[in-house]
Amino acid sequence: MKHRSFFWFMLPSALAMLVFIAAPIVSVLIQSVYAPHEQVIKVVESCSIFGCTESTTVDQDATSALRDAEPLGRFVGSQIYTDRNHLATEEIAVAWQEAEGFGDFFSKATNLPFYGAMSFTLTYTAVVTPMAIILGFFIALGVNGLPKLLRGPTIFFSLLPMIVTPLVGALILFWMIDSRGVLGVGLQNILGDPTLSLKASTPMMWVTLIVYGIWSSCPFAFVVYYAGLQTVPQDSIESAKLDGASRWQQTWHIVIPHLVPLTTFMALIKIMDNFRVFEPIVSFNAEAHAQSLSSFIYNDLSGETQLLSSAAATSVLTIIGVVILLSPVLVRTWRDYGNQR
Amino acid sequence: MTTMKKAVLASALAAASASAFADHCGFNEGRVNIVGNEFPAIQTVGAGAVACAHGSATVETNLTKDHQKINLAGMSGNPAEYTSAIVANSSIVALMNEDVIRPLNDLIAEYGQDIPKKQLVTIGGDVMAVAFMANAQHLVYRQDILEQAGLQPPSTYEEMLSGAEKIRQMGILEYPLGGAYKAGWNLAQEFTNMYIGHEGEFYKPGTAEVSVNNAKGVATLEMLKALSEYMNPDFLTHDSNLTSDEWTAGNVAMMNMWGSRTGNLLKPESSDPVVHTNTKVAGPMTVAGGAEPASTLWWDGWTVAKNVSDADAKATFLALKAATTEGVLNADNMGEAVWMIDGYQPEEVNEGVFAAIAAGTTPYPMLPYHGLLHTALGDNIADFLTGKESAEQTLSDIEAAYTAAAKEKGFL
Repeated sequence: MKHRSFFWFMLPSALAMLVFIAAPIVSVLIQSVYAPHEQVIKVVESCSIFGCTESTTVDQDATSALRDAEPLGRFVGSQIYTDRNHLATEEIAVAWQEAEGFGDFFSKATNLPFYGAMSFTLTYTAVVTPMAIILGFFIALGVNGLPKLLRGPTIFFSLLPMIVTPLVGALILFWMIDSRGVLGVGLQNILGDPTLSLKASTPMMWVTLIVYGIWSSCPFAFVVYYAGLQTVPQDSIESAKLDGASRWQQTWHIVIPHLVPLTTFMALIKIMDNFRVFEPIVSFNAEAHAQSLSSFIYNDLSGETQLLSSAAATSVLTIIGVVILLSPVLVRTWRDYGNQR
Repeated sequence: MTTMKKAVLASALAAASASAFADHCGFNEGRVNIVGNEFPAIQTVGAGAVACAHGSATVETNLTKDHQKINLAGMSGNPAEYTSAIVANSSIVALMNEDVIRPLNDLIAEYGQDIPKKQLVTIGGDVMAVAFMANAQHLVYRQDILEQAGLQPPSTYEEMLSGAEKIRQMGILEYPLGGAYKAGWNLAQEFTNMYIGHEGEFYKPGTAEVSVNNAKGVATLEMLKALSEYMNPDFLTHDSNLTSDEWTAGNVAMMNMWGSRTGNLLKPESSDPVVHTNTKVAGPMTVAGGAEPASTLWWDGWTVAKNVSDADAKATFLALKAATTEGVLNADNMGEAVWMIDGYQPEEVNEGVFAAIAAGTTPYPMLPYHGLLHTALGDNIADFLTGKESAEQTLSDIEAAYTAAAKEKGFL
């Protein structure tokens, strides 16, 4: 393609990226190094039907003068990043010195909110991404082996978890796993433990969220692999058959190598998606047991008092996390395409 | 069009009070958009305001339990999307901190001389809100179950615990207690109640420095944990709506619940006759031999946004004034709340809130930084209730989380 036509071809999407992706990232970066002004507090008498009490309030006249002078707030540099609610550098250093062994250090670290959220997010990403891809692959193989007549309905049912809106799907499951719900009572009967509650224990809640994650995201892998399976060269399969290769050997030596580029692509997308896990935590009311980086940002923005700088700092840390996680896959893609040239 | 439909529907619903709106609340232009919580009394007020739509004036409401997540953002723009937020003594603070609601002194002087003085919420001499109802958490109990177990309605949390044990021992209910213990805002509220019951102070006097890591804080956490052992094991996911569902399903014998939500529990369509006819209310309980009830007093009231035109502010003021006068009260909604409106006739269901007021319950603290502490409490208490860490560790986590947030916000 000529440089000129390439430029005009790319311009709309480059502009959209600039406005909707690059600009917000810059704005978040700026917000994360500024914090609200020192509050000017004045003592006032506040009265309601319950009587009058001495109370305090923010002095708006003084505050608006401060805001006019420095509209962005006070510059705090990396203070928000290193404070206890984020990277907690001081607390981590203390924990490192005082910890008796690595296990103790790990539990002290994950007690800090950011590292607690990080540990769930990473576990979720590390388990759900490969499991969903592998499961999707086997569903695709299974569907591909079905007689043509059955394929349509099977594909439809296999896609259902993806079609159902995540919030609604998770909410339905939330009720089913309730200790008085169908699945909850079923599990109690199967395991013979009438006090069993998936929502009451942290490990069970993690398992539930991860199972939900795999269930809801494997259709994506299935669809992509199913499309990929249609492109497997039939000549190679037939010659392998003639050579007496079993079905498993055909899959292992021909189908899987053929689908590797698709897998890379899916790993990229799924790692990004899973790292931003959010809806299941809200729908399952799992805040007591699991926090992810996204739910952490959401809490900062939806609490009694909004913490914009804190949310901005966590957003930047999330972006950095995504980049770090994706770098091996990106490097690999870069090499693959480099070699082809 | 949808606004018109809403208006027509609401006027039909409010037929009983039609006469009060004969003059269309005194305005026929301007835009009114109200954001607020979704419990029944606020629905009544919202419908009353919508009934004022007349001429070119539009009145819309957005009543949702997520109101606090959207009201500040919806009032920060200029002009603001929401011309009014219905708030309580906790949530008005977030709006005042960001200076998005206006003092009502001038509007009252011009259009609101007849609003009873008791309804006005003044801060530093400025009227910032007009309250229309009082609220508090208090005891709700099942008379039949307590009688069966030979128990009196508890007046202390210690009695509640021993009663719960007896009900469980007799095999009547496995989980006789209920409570809105969902991790987050609800759980923090239960801590606040119990800590006040222990006569604890949240801050070092005269400062924004938190001090909950003390013997009273530990006792508070331990009482919450003791109670939770008699609750459905899923208690950390139960907000006040789900706790009410547990109640109407007949699974609970005693709970600490909002006065504003008990009206729903008494409705015949809410549950089996044995449940709703035996649902009774009493005042809030005390704890650890203290005199102060382990509860907080609340008012709910309306505000007017700062960043709206004078015409919209006038329309908003008049619509909400009309929606909180005697005209909106009728036999159906009388028991929905302890109304501060003239003409209110208390019903049996409201006795819990009256008892809370009579017992001298502390109003929820209206401090600019208290929202940060509430959030820190809600994020950390679950770790103690699930047995992950000690009470002292949880309290020190709460203090550290609050301190970091308060430093960021410029309070420390």
